[in-house]
Amino acid sequence: MIAFVARRLLQFIPVLFVIATLTFFLVRLAPGGPFDSERAVSPEVRAQLDAQYHLDAPLAVQYRDYMVALLHGDFGPSFKNPSRSVSEWIVLRFPISLELGAYALVVALSIGLVAGVLASTRPNSIRDHAAMSFAMAGICIPNFVLGPLLVLVFALWLRWLPVSGWDSAACKVLPSITLGAMYAAYIARLTRGGMLEVLAQDFIRTARARGLSEARIVVRHGLRNGLQPVVAFLGPAAAGLLTGSFAVETIFRVPGLGREFVQAAFNRDYTMIIGTVLFYATLILLFNLLVDLAQAWLDPRARHDGA
Amino acid sequence: MDTVNMRCRRSAGAAFLILLVFSLAGCGARETRVQQGTRDGVLHIGNDAEPQELDPHLVTGVPEHRILLSLFEGLTTLDPKTLEPKPGVAESWTVSDDQLVYTFTLRKDARWSDGSPVTAQDFVYAWQRILSPKLAAEYAYMLHCIQNAKAFNVGALTDFSQVGAKALDDYTLQVTLAHPTPSLLSMQVHSSWFPVKRASIEKHGAIDVRNSGWTRPGELASNGPFKLTEWKPGLVIVVAKNEHYWDATSVKLNAVRFYPMEDLQTEERSFRSGDLHITGDMPIGKIPVYQRENSAALVIHPYLGTYFYRFNVTKPPFTDARVRKAFALALNRDEIVQNVTKGGERAASSFVPPDTAGYTSANAMPYDPDQARKLLAEAGFPNGQGLPPVELLYNTSENHKLIAEAAAEMWKKELGVMVTLLNQDWKVYLSSMNALDYQMARSAWVGDVLDPINFLECFLTGGGNNRTGWSSPQYDDRIAQAQQAADAGERNRLLNEAEGILLDEAPILPVYTYTRKFLKSPALKGWEPNILGYVLYKNLSLGAS
Repeated sequence: MIAFVARRLLQFIPVLFVIATLTFFLVRLAPGGPFDSERAVSPEVRAQLDAQYHLDAPLAVQYRDYMVALLHGDFGPSFKNPSRSVSEWIVLRFPISLELGAYALVVALSIGLVAGVLASTRPNSIRDHAAMSFAMAGICIPNFVLGPLLVLVFALWLRWLPVSGWDSAACKVLPSITLGAMYAAYIARLTRGGMLEVLAQDFIRTARARGLSEARIVVRHGLRNGLQPVVAFLGPAAAGLLTGSFAVETIFRVPGLGREFVQAAFNRDYTMIIGTVLFYATLILLFNLLVDLAQAWLDPRARHDGA
Repeated sequence: MDTVNMRCRRSAGAAFLILLVFSLAGCGARETRVQQGTRDGVLHIGNDAEPQELDPHLVTGVPEHRILLSLFEGLTTLDPKTLEPKPGVAESWTVSDDQLVYTFTLRKDARWSDGSPVTAQDFVYAWQRILSPKLAAEYAYMLHCIQNAKAFNVGALTDFSQVGAKALDDYTLQVTLAHPTPSLLSMQVHSSWFPVKRASIEKHGAIDVRNSGWTRPGELASNGPFKLTEWKPGLVIVVAKNEHYWDATSVKLNAVRFYPMEDLQTEERSFRSGDLHITGDMPIGKIPVYQRENSAALVIHPYLGTYFYRFNVTKPPFTDARVRKAFALALNRDEIVQNVTKGGERAASSFVPPDTAGYTSANAMPYDPDQARKLLAEAGFPNGQGLPPVELLYNTSENHKLIAEAAAEMWKKELGVMVTLLNQDWKVYLSSMNALDYQMARSAWVGDVLDPINFLECFLTGGGNNRTGWSSPQYDDRIAQAQQAADAGERNRLLNEAEGILLDEAPILPVYTYTRKFLKSPALKGWEPNILGYVLYKNLSLGAS
């Protein structure tokens, strides 16, 4: 097991190196630079800025220096928000995205699992159709529609919750639900599918024959096996929750990293783009590794010890 | 057993739900942030974007400037209604007959937020800082009207004592100008002229180090009505009353909270839910709704900016001035402001907005489709025949698109020419304009200071803001003469001649002058709309509406 994890971690290095290189050159290929603005900057000021941010050196030299700095863990300064370095921005903003993502995942799992189990235990009943229609709606409604809709109802009409912000617990409810809703819908459908397959198997019939309670059959025997597809989905879903929160962060004014990530690309904030891309790439690689480990734990056939 | 258990659980669940609903409903009865703020003297402002910096010498944006006006005070302040210069840190000043030497007498009770006195040396130090080449301040050019300031700024001169800014004593500041500058006094409210405290800067680095961290809460020394107490990136910037401010007794607010609002819809919803006293902007689509339902909250006022189209005069067909003029004369700008933008904008017939510091263009670019057709025929394209399709570039935005579509339709109808639209992402669009890689492009210019020359300077030969390839020695000559003119009438006459040349040769096509639109609670008093967007924070108060 340890050897497997170590081998996977070693594989990260070339992957991240390729991502860093590609990102470095791709952002430079995009027209426009970080210091272009509607108001022209004088040539003298421009030359000073280029020199201070090391943009006046040949691209190959810039690349070499950037990679050397990167090996020392230095992402460089942010061009657009220079009051902090890229690493400082990530440290400041990522915990907020992480918190939002975690709440959204809790929302997604609690709604998704309950709906999926309810639907699968009475297939083709009204309960099943209701749960699955709900799931279909969740998948179809994009979060930039759902978010304002929830705000309209819970913040403007009922006045239960704040419109935006991230300073109190109440602020965090609507963004978490908005971000989690689509994933809840996927999880509900995956759970239903996985559970239906498992509940039709022989060992479940045996369990019923032994006179076990329905709840015990579903939870103990059904869920553990029926959850396999959900677990496989959780890796990319967790990564998606952390990276794909741009719209939700904008609608609810959540100062997370997702918004920073997208804005950096618009602003041609070179160092910020590469920094966030590498950071997210590492996260996704780690999540996939975790999923593989979780699947091995759930399903002995997928274990890697001997492999 | 199981069923009993289930029932128990169900009723527990129901009780929990009821509790939850009640506790949430309890929150619903709470005071809004605006009501609470009005009671406690705390102003809640929606402020467009997250500030990049709070260094008065490095910031470039409107949201930053709006915060800095609460933190700092320059030599003068402005009357927010008339925009007349009033005493600030300087209690009085004299001007020499040739308009070149200004002597400011500073008030002796002006203090930094740490209680130390604000002196003439602080201003000299601040100006040396912004003009330092290595600081690479984009707005350093605002100070180029000071004698030798430009030479120092570009590195041609290294001895700052030769620059025309001298502290004669602690409270007397003498400024010698390179040329008469009628807007010098009103320019003092621009952050590039604000004083900074030497000890505060040098605690964090040398005079010309960018982003040294001196502007963080607890570090930033400011001399205005408020001081920085909190900066939570992306959430809020809080400034609290500065008890050391010389006019602290006039300051009625206890604190101002600036919230970055990148999404206009979110900002409008925050206003509606009672989270904001005032917004920085508003979605255009909401204007009719507010006009109908809550017109007391809606503020629309003229703003010192012009929306215009540029022609690339280096590429056919716009190498021919007659073609450019034909396009200009065929555009019905009244129809655009009435039916497309619909935010109270004024159709523009000149580049400088009317009545900018007493200057109104004597020349106008009229709407005259007959003349337009005639000019196009003279240029060899009768009824647009033989003219290949022309491409109009704009940066991606719903409004620019609507205006461009309306304009293209008018040119098709009046001139028979085909105009295709091209939208590009902001940075790509800027790079296309700078490289003159376009035929026609939408543009805007918002004045930094109340001075027509600030607009007309854009089109000097080879200027960074020209971006049309247009060059006219007569035009350059008029602007250069106007810059040296000590007499206001003479200056305006020269500028008028220059603008006449600009409108006649038409490298640009003015479309409309901007308005600012925002939402304001009636509880906020003393916020005077003006074309500069200038706010005098010490005048603001909060009270029952």
